[in-house]
Formats: sequence, C-alpha cells, structure tokens
Amino acid sequence: MTAVSTNEPIHITDDDFDTVVKRDDLVLVDFWAPWCGPCLAIAPVLEELAAEYGDTLTVAKIDIDQHQMKASTFGVRAIPTLVLFKGGEPFDTLVGVQTRSSLAAAIDRARG
Amino acid sequence: MSEILIYTKDYCGFCARAKALLKAKGADFTEIDITRDAGLQAEMVERSGRRTVPQIFIDGHHIGGYDDLAALDAAGELRRLLQLAEPANDGASHHRLIIIGTGPAGYTAAIYAARAGLEPAVITGVEIGGQLTTTTEVENWPGGDVTLQGPELMERFRDHAERFDVALIRDHIRSADLSRRPFRLEGETQAYTADSLIIATGATARYLGLPSEAGFKGRGVSACATCDGFFFRDKPVAVVGGGNTAVEEALYLANIASHVTLVHRRDALKAERILQDRLFTKVSQGKVSILWDHKVDEVLGNETGVTGLRVRHVGTGETQDLTADGVFIAIGHDPNTTLFAGQLDRDGGYLRTKGGLAGNATETSLPGVFAAGDVADPVYRQAVTSAATGAMAALDAERFLAGLTAGGAPQTETLAA
Repeated sequence: MTAVSTNEPIHITDDDFDTVVKRDDLVLVDFWAPWCGPCLAIAPVLEELAAEYGDTLTVAKIDIDQHQMKASTFGVRAIPTLVLFKGGEPFDTLVGVQTRSSLAAAIDRARG
Repeated sequence: MSEILIYTKDYCGFCARAKALLKAKGADFTEIDITRDAGLQAEMVERSGRRTVPQIFIDGHHIGGYDDLAALDAAGELRRLLQLAEPANDGASHHRLIIIGTGPAGYTAAIYAARAGLEPAVITGVEIGGQLTTTTEVENWPGGDVTLQGPELMERFRDHAERFDVALIRDHIRSADLSRRPFRLEGETQAYTADSLIIATGATARYLGLPSEAGFKGRGVSACATCDGFFFRDKPVAVVGGGNTAVEEALYLANIASHVTLVHRRDALKAERILQDRLFTKVSQGKVSILWDHKVDEVLGNETGVTGLRVRHVGTGETQDLTADGVFIAIGHDPNTTLFAGQLDRDGGYLRTKGGLAGNATETSLPGVFAAGDVADPVYRQAVTSAATGAMAALDAERFLAGLTAGGAPQTETLAA
C-alpha cells in the first residue's frame, strides 16, 4: 500500500482492510474469489473504473477464499459483492454481476 | 468493409470525381491505372463490357462509371453497398455481422462466421462466457476431458474464437433498434450498427419472485452454488427446484454444507437419470433429503441473513419451516430478450425462429436477425445444442449477407452491355 489512490485495483487483506477503507475517501471493495466465474467476468470492468476515476476512487479487491473476516463482518454471503465505502463507512452494496453503468451510477451517487 | 476496385486512366476527370466520392465516404479502394497497360485495358473491357473509365466494382459486382456511383449515392444506396458505418458524427461502429453473447452459441457462431470471412464482432455482455462459467464439471461435452470444468470450457471457446478474425468487444448492449437498417445497438461504451445480427444472449436464472427472497438476495439467497456455496460450509442449506441445475447444485452443496434439503413442487425430478442416481446416493448417505410436492411460501431470516424457509405442501396446503442458512434457487431460467420486446416475435419470452427443413432455421421474425442458444430454446438448453445452433446461425447469416451484396448491386448493368 504505497500510493494513496492508484489507477488500477489494489489487493487488500483482512489486515489492511480498515486502513485502506478509512484512508481514501471513496473505496469500492470487491469481495471476490478466483473460483467464482462472475467475479472474473466483472474484473475488467473494475479495472476500467479504477483507471477512469483515477485519484477520486480506490478499487480494492479482497479474496474471500484467503480472507474471510471482513466478508463476515459485512455480511457477505454471495460473490461478487461490491461495497462502496465513503468516508470509511459503507455507502452502497451491490451483489452479483453488475453492468459498468450501474457501478458508475453508484460511484457518482457517492461522489454527490 | 466491402472490397472496392476502380479502373482509372490518367487525366480522367470522372475517375478523379469517383475517387473523391469514395474517399468522402471513407471507403478504401484499390485503383488499377490502365493508362499504359493494354492487358489491364482488356481485362477491364472484359469484366465490365465497357470501354470507358472509370469502371467500379464492389465486392466483384460491376457498378458502372461515375454517374452510376453518384446515382447510387443519391438514392442512399451507396453507404450500404460499401458497408460503411453511419456518418462519422454518429460515432457508431459498423460491422457486417454482430453477435451478441459469449456462451457456447455466441462463440461458435463467431468461429463459423469468421471462417466464412464475415469478420464478425462479438459483444460479450456482462457475464462473459455465460451460464457455464458458474458450473463445475461438464460431463456431457462430447470429446471433453474427464476433468473439464465449465469456466475452462468457456476459456477454450474464447481462445478458439480468437484464433480467427473475430473482434471481441467487451460491452453490454442496453438497447436495440431493429426498425432500421443497418440495425442499431446502443452499448454501455459505444453504439454499433450491423447488417445482420446473431442474438445469443442466453438466459438468466429465474427467481421465485417473493419479496422476502429479494430482500435476502446476497444474504443467503443465491442462484449460484459454485459462487456462494463457500459461505455455507458445515451449515444447512436448501435448494429449490427439480431439474438438472437443481440437482447439480444440490450435489455440489452436499460436499460443503452440513445438510442439503431439496425442495421440489412435484413428486419426481426432471434431471438426467445419472444425476438423479447420484442424488439418491447422497440421500441414502443422509447428506441430502428431498421434500417432494412442496413450494416456497417465504424466505425466513433476520438482520444477519437467511435462517430458513417456509414451505407449503401443494396438495394439503400444510406449511412447515425448514432451517437453512442458504437458499439456492434453481427453478429454471428466463431468456434474455427484453432488448427485443416488440421488435421480434417471442413465445413465452423466447425468440421465435423459423425452424423447419428449408434452411434459414435460425432466422427470427426479422430477416437478417438470427437467434441461437438458450435465448431461442426453452426445451434442450445444452452447451452442445447451443453451440450447434450458433453454427447454424452463422451459416444462415452468411447466406443472408451474400444475398444482400448480390441483390444490392444494380441489375441493369450487365456484362453483356
């Protein structure tokens, strides 16, 4: 975790989850796993959004196969689940495959 | 884009005007200057039956001279003949053939269309690879390895398509206008036009439609055991349904969950025999129990998520509550056809295709629009049948496009002139 916001998704763990979510104003957390087909299907869209929103959005991916604590904390029982954090607090939750526009709409709502 | 050939000579004003018109349309053309080559002059006369320049050919069909070209342009025909995109300010990218969807039908259509030289564009949709990406073993793909997995099979499909001249476009179509030609599609990132379409948008898991079910979606209600079964290790779960998907999900979950209850509204399963046999083995081992003749009244839960199901006997109306941390809905699929509502004939949501023995079996109610795979199949819905209809749709589209090019050329200009 060096850069504050990057133009590509970062990978986070249970350990640095809170640090990242509280550090950056707008963080889209992707609860995913490598064996989840729909998670892999939306990965390129997340990469695009990370590039498009640049410094205004951090896209953080947490592999729930490795890290289950935070998934449990936030009641994640399906993947992909995308939780958008604003100012360190959950602002919006989207479950399942999302279109680029539905994600962008959620991000834009959070940006106000 | 069409192949355009223009025979010219030096100091030929009409040649310059013809070239300028083609350039203005953004068309690339091959110029054959016959000024100093008797052989080429003879070739032009033989091919066109005329002794004047320019002589223009589009995809091998004789158009004529500059006046003929200009007349086609004035009639609004030229752009279609040249297979060009709409005017540049429109921003739409044009393709002769667009295939929507990346399941077995979409990729197979792409392979066949590319090999036919149609340079198809495939628009992937959000669920790249389609329904098979949420499955595990694929045991009925002919020639497949014993260990073949759904996601792996779909990667192989993609790799195979990419071996040929296929433009894979990662976009999701939001609306379609089939009332105009070329057809127009609005994606999330750009607009597209196409002379022909293969719709292979597949189907999506159907939910029960209960408010309590919607409320717990992602918090215990799921339609994808391979995605979400992970969260229910050593916990009781329920699967609703009685077809292949339901039994496959129950079998998958039986290895993860503490117990699986299959809730089915009938007294017999529709799943393949081999799957039923495996399920009954799990039943005899006590890992799975089957609740026959019951349907779901309500998904029960609290702030942490799903805690159970209230089910009702379809005969007696008697209800009982089951304990389950997860509920997997596998009651069938709905075809993804809302884009085409009111534009193409549908039957129960499925796109209606011609069928029959006369060829063109995959054509929808609109010439030039073809459908393949689950989007037009309420009955078979197999990877292999989807792939098969994908191939058929590509062959049908090839014939349609060939007719468009041949029929589009002016009939009055024959070589016997």
